Formats: sequence, structure tokens, C-alpha cells
Amino acid sequence: MIKKFDKKDEESGSGSNPFQHLEKSAVLQEARIFNETPINPRRCLHILTKIIYLLNQGEHFGTTEATEAFFAMTRLFQSNDQTLRRMCYLTIKEMANISEDVIIVTSSLTKDMTGKEDVYRGPAIRALCRITDTTMLQAIERYMKQAIVDKVPSVSSSALVSSLHMVRMSYDVVKRWVNEAQEAASSDNIMVQYHALGLLYHLRKNDRLAVSKMLNKFTKSGLKSPFAYCMLIRIASRLLEETEGGHDSPLFDFIESCLRNKHEMVVYEAASAIVHMPNCTARELAPAVSVLQLFCSSPKAALRYAAVRTLNKVAMKHPSAVTACNLDLENLITDSNRSIATLAITTLLKTGSESSVDRLMKQISSFVSEISDEFKVVVVQAISALCQKYPRKHSVMMNFLSNMLRDDGGFEYKRAIVDCIISIIEENPESKETGLAHLCEFIEDCEHTVLATKILHLLGREGPRTPSPSKYIRFIFNRVVLESEAVRAAAVSALAKFGAQNDDLLPSVLVLMQRCMMDSDDEVRDRATFYMNVLQQKQKALNAAYIFNGLSVSVPGLEKSLHQYTLEPSEKPFDMKTVPLATTTVSEQKTELAPVASSKLPEKLAPSRQDIYQEQLAAIPEFQGLGPLFKSSEPVQLTEAETEYVVRCIKHTFASHMVFQFDCTNTLNDQLLQKVVVQMEPSEAYEIVQYVPAASLPYSQPGSCYSLVRLPEDDPTAVSCTFSCTMKYLVRDCDPNTGEPDDDGYDDEYVLEDLEVTVADHIQKVLKPNFAAAWEEVGDEFEKEETFALASVRTLEEAVNNIVSFLGMQPCERSDKVPENKNSHILFLAGKALRLFVWASCNIVICVMP
Amino acid sequence: MRGPECVGAPFEAVAAGQPFYEPSLYTVKAVLILDNDGERLYAKYYDETYPTVKEQKAFEKNIFNKTHRTDSEIALLEGLTVVYKSNIDLYFYVIGSSHENELMLMSVLNCLFDSLSQMLRKNVEKRALLENMEGLFLAVDEIVDGGVILESDPLQVVHRVALRGDDVPLTEQTVTQVLQSAKEQIKWSLLR
Repeated sequence: MIKKFDKKDEESGSGSNPFQHLEKSAVLQEARIFNETPINPRRCLHILTKIIYLLNQGEHFGTTEATEAFFAMTRLFQSNDQTLRRMCYLTIKEMANISEDVIIVTSSLTKDMTGKEDVYRGPAIRALCRITDTTMLQAIERYMKQAIVDKVPSVSSSALVSSLHMVRMSYDVVKRWVNEAQEAASSDNIMVQYHALGLLYHLRKNDRLAVSKMLNKFTKSGLKSPFAYCMLIRIASRLLEETEGGHDSPLFDFIESCLRNKHEMVVYEAASAIVHMPNCTARELAPAVSVLQLFCSSPKAALRYAAVRTLNKVAMKHPSAVTACNLDLENLITDSNRSIATLAITTLLKTGSESSVDRLMKQISSFVSEISDEFKVVVVQAISALCQKYPRKHSVMMNFLSNMLRDDGGFEYKRAIVDCIISIIEENPESKETGLAHLCEFIEDCEHTVLATKILHLLGREGPRTPSPSKYIRFIFNRVVLESEAVRAAAVSALAKFGAQNDDLLPSVLVLMQRCMMDSDDEVRDRATFYMNVLQQKQKALNAAYIFNGLSVSVPGLEKSLHQYTLEPSEKPFDMKTVPLATTTVSEQKTELAPVASSKLPEKLAPSRQDIYQEQLAAIPEFQGLGPLFKSSEPVQLTEAETEYVVRCIKHTFASHMVFQFDCTNTLNDQLLQKVVVQMEPSEAYEIVQYVPAASLPYSQPGSCYSLVRLPEDDPTAVSCTFSCTMKYLVRDCDPNTGEPDDDGYDDEYVLEDLEVTVADHIQKVLKPNFAAAWEEVGDEFEKEETFALASVRTLEEAVNNIVSFLGMQPCERSDKVPENKNSHILFLAGKALRLFVWASCNIVICVMP
Repeated sequence: MRGPECVGAPFEAVAAGQPFYEPSLYTVKAVLILDNDGERLYAKYYDETYPTVKEQKAFEKNIFNKTHRTDSEIALLEGLTVVYKSNIDLYFYVIGSSHENELMLMSVLNCLFDSLSQMLRKNVEKRALLENMEGLFLAVDEIVDGGVILESDPLQVVHRVALRGDDVPLTEQTVTQVLQSAKEQIKWSLLR
């Protein structure tokens, strides 16, 4: 019996962890032996190890207990045991943020960093810099400078890396060590070289000229360290991008020459840099692609992964450049690393021909369940891209997607699939019914509220317009019975849309609605009651206004207005018209197919551009009382690129005024501009009310000045106007190096290009999901029909784009997409002018002139 | 007190949508060692990607679940590049941004593994590691400092850690320890 017990004990003990049952309080108790004399290095070492282990496990130490242990630990500096001393350094680093008064070890550490024991010096520097602040840093500055140029590599490296950490806190002090870092950069040791280069770049990165000089020097002299080469490549490609240097620049030649380096790390870095350059031609890509191709057959998984991941990126922009690697990629499909296999397949999907799609899809489905969600998303994105390329393959894709939808997977993965299916439905009308059927099946068993409501919304929009809308009702009503409040409410809204659009379904919808009115949730009940009453009126206008086309205001704007309203209580009811409209609704925004989502942060509802402007303008006292901001235009450039001053204008339209915001940048480093205004001469009856100058405009710091203009009241048709603009200012010459200006200045002016105010500035885009209903709602008496000849336009697409940008209205029902091989097209536009809504249905016909 | 250990994420500081990342020495986001149950034996995070212990443990669990069955060296998880290696009952991970040069991360992983392998006399397993935790702490400290690769040559690392367990004064050694070290010294002198 006893024997058996022993055996069991040993078994569980064999792999067990001697640190497993550590108690923080017991360990801190043990730490008292630090105070015993003589010091027992072995026992003390063991206790320090335990303390660091606990910290490492995420154990929380209170300030008092940490400080107590820390002070006890400082006694251990009396021992000369090497390992113990090193563990003291580690404890200092680990406790630097939790214990108080850690600076008391400064003198001990300074002694060690300048002492004779090389083993101590590097770690002592790192520990010291961890507890030092700017004022203390100046006291040890002399030692740091010496350490940077020390001949022992570990000392020099430690000093350089610690300096890099300190840059953020004490830039001005570390900046003075540039010469020492420069000296270290020519060290023989590869790591010292790397660290010195990193520090030098960090200190100089805002000075483009210095960076360029540094690059020039190192690319010529050549470095030993592969790490330093990688860093150089990154700096070079960064500089290339910033200066928009052409690919004939010596920097590009340097990066390309690195493709022949003997270290794989450097070769890969160079290839990756070339691939990521914007506007690279196929010819420039070719050498990079061919080294990546070689890496595809490497025995190292990491290298194969890196290569295929980079090729995948190339394939997004230049699929043809990768076709040469198709054979190597095919071999990787069976790679034991599933990540590599997935990347290989998705790359092939981008480069392969239409005929290979079926085969590749079959291969993916064989292992899709084994890969991580991140890669499943990559697969879905590849499929989504493929559907756009080969629309005829949508049935294969749709099948595949619906299978994936049934598998297990996280929210991101499911959302990617749903988004992909929705985009297929929107691109191919003939796939609509199968797509909707798959989505209906999905919401039968869907744990993600966001996706369920999104799909219900889509069903409400698309379902009523399908040949047999009745079959969706069952799926929707099931949700009302089974799901959480948010989904139930969405289902009720979807039901109402069916009732409003299909007269023969209306009676049954009303019956279902009646049941929803008994729901336990307030929102669901309210919605049901509301829709019930609207539907019973059987009026198209009501249906259009309250069921199809709901709120079109911007959500952050609404939130802000409501908040404002509660702050200033008034007798007047809240006016919905004061809320800025949403410029484009989320559903219309095309989701950009990023390679792999790297953002982990939850998406925040970003305030729209207009909300930001509204806030900025409201902060200027001169513009108070203008009312809510109606529309802000895109910026218009009023100067050529590369002139002395760069000016762009943003036009803000208010109810009866316009504010012109001039964003000016001074590109002359020997001038300081003051009291900058842009004087405007209108061509029509626009009245200039006030100029708000920019107080000062130092070199390369953008500033804004404003002009306030009143719109002509008596003539509402005078919407367009041309302004001639002149920038006037006071110039003070200054020293380009210090930025110190002269005492006196002189007035000067600079002529800008003319600024046009057009129809589009007075019209805001609104999105009407159901255009026909909105059109009907208005009625015939407000309709006006006219015919225009667009003489200079050649294609339908061009016509559509021109009309949209001229009128500044929102295309609806995806009518801005012109089908191929047609010679007429109807464009639906919706917009809101200052006080009323405008709808336009443009019938564009191409007429061939004889 | 400020923390250079947390200075990281200069990559992410660059506006999203920009294809280029600020060139920087900050390469490593975390170094992890887990046991064969996925429990943390060692974990060092160098930036604020996972600020709380709870998030860290969740990440470690996810990593372990995705990697412990396959021996495939590299993966992309939660938007981060993870290079890994397992030996008997230990799992080593080095984590970096997905934009990082994978081979650089690999050199850190190899250096860590080879250093430990030398320090533990080829005996890279949980028990030996736990008996030499201080060696592990010191080794990682020599390889990565606040996210910057400090050294990538295992020989240098082992030299700098310079663990000399035999240095304990004679009075504090047990009889077996003395015998053991005597034995080894004889063996070494014979081998020479």
C-alpha cells in the first residue's frame, strides 16, 4: 500500500514544478535572511529566483511589501557571488515600477558599471538606466559616453540599447551622445554595429538630410551585421517613400544589391521592402520575386512562410508577376505547416486561371478545419476577391462559403464569410436567392447578435423584392420566437418591410405583428405597435418615410445633439433637422480587403469628418450663431505642388453663410509669416463678412485662416460663384537653423488660384435604401423634367461619374454601377439641399452623333 | 517610474494604412516558455499589446491550443507572428509584429534554445529548466532587452551568463555535492 502511494507521488512529482505552490507571503518571509550576516549566497539566490518567478507569473506585489523586499535585497550587494549579483540586477529591473525609492541603488550600480568585472558592467548599465530619470541621467552622462565606446561589446551594446530606451524620456541628453554612437557604429562587433545604427537613426529620424547622409556612409562602407543591414534596408525604403524618390535612386540600387547578400535574413528583408514599395513595376519586382521563389523550397519553415506570405502580397497587386512561381506554390499546398499551405493556396487563387478554381477550392476544403481563424479569414478574403474576378464561378464559391459557415469558428471568421456572401449577392443578382437562403439557414443557429441583426436587415431590404418573398417570413418569425431582444427587434423591422411592400403578405404580417406586440421587451413591443399602425394605414408615403427609409442622420452627430439638448433644457421640442446627416451609410462602404487584420482593438465608431469640422469651427468665436454645419467639401488645392506656400481650401456651408477654411503651409525655412489672411473677391452677390487670420505660420507647421461669407438671400438660384483669392501676410525673415525671427518684417502678398463654389457645395448626400418608395412619396406635382446634352462625355460610366460629382448627390440602389454593353442607363440620386430633399432619376442615353 | 520595458509598439504608432513601418530596433513583443499543459513557466512581454495578466494568460492559452499538436515552427495568431519550437515537455515561443522579419524572430528563438541547451547540458526539459530558473532569467536578459535583440549568438550568451554553480564555498556544499564536483573535475582532467 505504502509502495503504491510512493509510486504515485513520484509520478505526479516527476514533471511537477517545484515553484508551483509558492506562497508570496512565505517567500517574502524567507527574504528576511537577506539581513543575516554572513550572507549565504546560495540560499539568497534561491529566494531571489522565487521572487522573480512570482513576479513573472503575474503575482501582484503591494508597494509596501515590494519596497521592503527591495531594501532587504540591496544588502546583497555586499556579497561578491557573481550569479547573486546578476540576480540582484534583474530584481532591480523587475521591481523598478513597483517598489519605491529604487534610486538608492544608483551608487552601487554606478560602481559596478565602471568597475573591473566585465560580467557586471553590461547588466549594471541596463539596470541603472531602468531606474534613472532625466536629472540623474546627466549625473551619469560621462559614464554612459565612455560605456558606449567601450571595447567590450556587451558593455557597448548595453549602453547603446539603454540609451535608445532613454531617448523617449530624455531626448536632449541622449542627443549629445551622437559622436560616441557614431564611433560605436564602426565597431567590429556585429551587435554593437546594429545597436549603434538603431540609436543613430532614432536620434536623427526627423532630419531627412542627416538620415540620407548616414545611409550614404553606411551603404558605401558596408556593414558586417545582417541585423544592421535589415535596419539599413528599412531606413532606405522609408526615405525612398518619404522623398518619393524614383526607382533609379541609389537607395533603390542599394536595396536591390541586398538581394545578393549572403544572409537569408537580409535577402528576405530586401525582397520584402521592394514588394511593399508603392508603384513598383513588374520589371522591378522580378528579382525580388525570384529570390522569394527560391525560398519557397527552403527546408526552414519560417523562411517558406515568410516567402509565401510576401508572394501573397505581391499577388494582390501584381498577380502576373507571381505566375512564374505557380509550380513552387503548388508544391507548398501539401506543406505540413497549414499556415504555409493556406497562404500558398490563396496566392494561387489570385494568380491562377478560372479553370483551376474548382480544383483549388476542393483542396482548401480538405484542410480548412485545421487552420487558425486568422487564416480562415485570409481564405475567405481570397474567395471574395476571386468572386469579383470570375463572377461566373459564384455558385461554386457560394457552396463553399455555406459549408464554411456551418463549421465552428470565431466571430471575425463568421463575419468575413457573411460579408463575402453579401458582396456576392450585391455583385450578382442571379446569386441573390441562393445567398439569402444560406444566410437564412445561418441565422437559425447563430450566436452572434451583430451578425444576426445584420442579416435580418439585409433580408428586410432584399427579401420583399425576390420572386417568392413568403419563404423568408418563416425564418424571420422564428427569430422573434427564439432570440435575444436585439435580434427580435431587428426581426420585427424586417417583417414590417415585407408587409409594406407585398400587399398579399400584408394580412399575415399583421397577424404576426400582433403577436409581437405581446413581447416581453419594450423595444420589440414598441416597434411592433408602431409598424402595425403604419401598415394599417396602407399609405405608400407613410410606408416609405417610416418603414423603408429610416433615419438618415449621422449617429455621432445625433448623440452630440441630444447631449447638447439635455444640457440646455428648453421649452421647444428636440428638432431632428438640426442633426447633421450621415454622409454615407456603413452598408455602402466597401470593406477594404486587408491582407490580415492586425488590429486587435475593438472598432470604435469614429466621428465623421464633418463632425470633427463642426467641433473645430464651433470653437472659433467669430463663427458662433451660424447654426449647424450643413456640409464640408473635400479640400481644394489653391497652389501648385512644390511652391513656396501650399494652400488648400475646405468649403463649409451653413444655413445662410459659408466659411472658407484655408489650410496654409509655409515651406520656406528662412521665413516666419504672421497675420495671414486670404482676401477674396466674389464674382456674384456674395458678401464677405469677416476674415479670421492665422496668427503666425512658422516653417512647415500648417495653420488655418478663415473667411466668412454671407450667401445672397434674395436670389436663391445664384448658387455658383467664383472667388479670386490673394494671400496677404507679414513676413519676418529668420535664421533657418534656429528659427529665430528678425525684429521687423514687411507686408507681402501671394496670388492663389481661383476658388469655385458649385451646386455640389449646397447639396448633401443622403442614402435612401429604397429609392422607388422615396420617389413615389414625393408625388408628381414636384417633379421637373429636363434634358441636357453632355457633349464632352464619351461613355456611360464617365457620364455617371460626372453627374454624381457635379450634383454632389448620393447614388442609390447601386445605380452608379453601369452594366457592360449597354447604351442607356438610369441613375438614381438622392440629396438634401439646405431646406429640402432632392431626388434625381437620370436617364442617360448615348446618342451617336452623325 | 517610467518603464523602458513598455516603450514598445513604435510600429503601431505609424498611421494605419501606411505600408511602411517606422524602422526601429524594437523587434520582439514577447518571449514565452510553456509546459506541456500550456502552463506558463516563463513569460516576458515587452510592450503593451497585452497589458493585463488576464489578457496575457488568454493569449498564452490560445497560442498553446493552436501550436502544441503541430511541430510547424511558425504561425500567425491574433495578428502577431509567432515562431516556436518544442522539446520534450517544453514549448518556446518568440512573438513579434506581423510586419516583422520572421527570420529575425527565428534567430532570437534559436539563440534562446541553443543557449539553454548548452547551459542545461543538452538536457532541455522541464525539470532541468526549473532547477536552473536563474540561468533562464539571466539568459533571456542577455538575449532581449526591452524588445531589442541584444545578442543572437548562443556562445556569447552562455559566456555572459557565466553560471558557475561550482563557486559555492566548500563549507556550504553537502558531501554529495563535493563528491560530484570532484568526480567531474577528475573526468575533465582525464579528458584533456
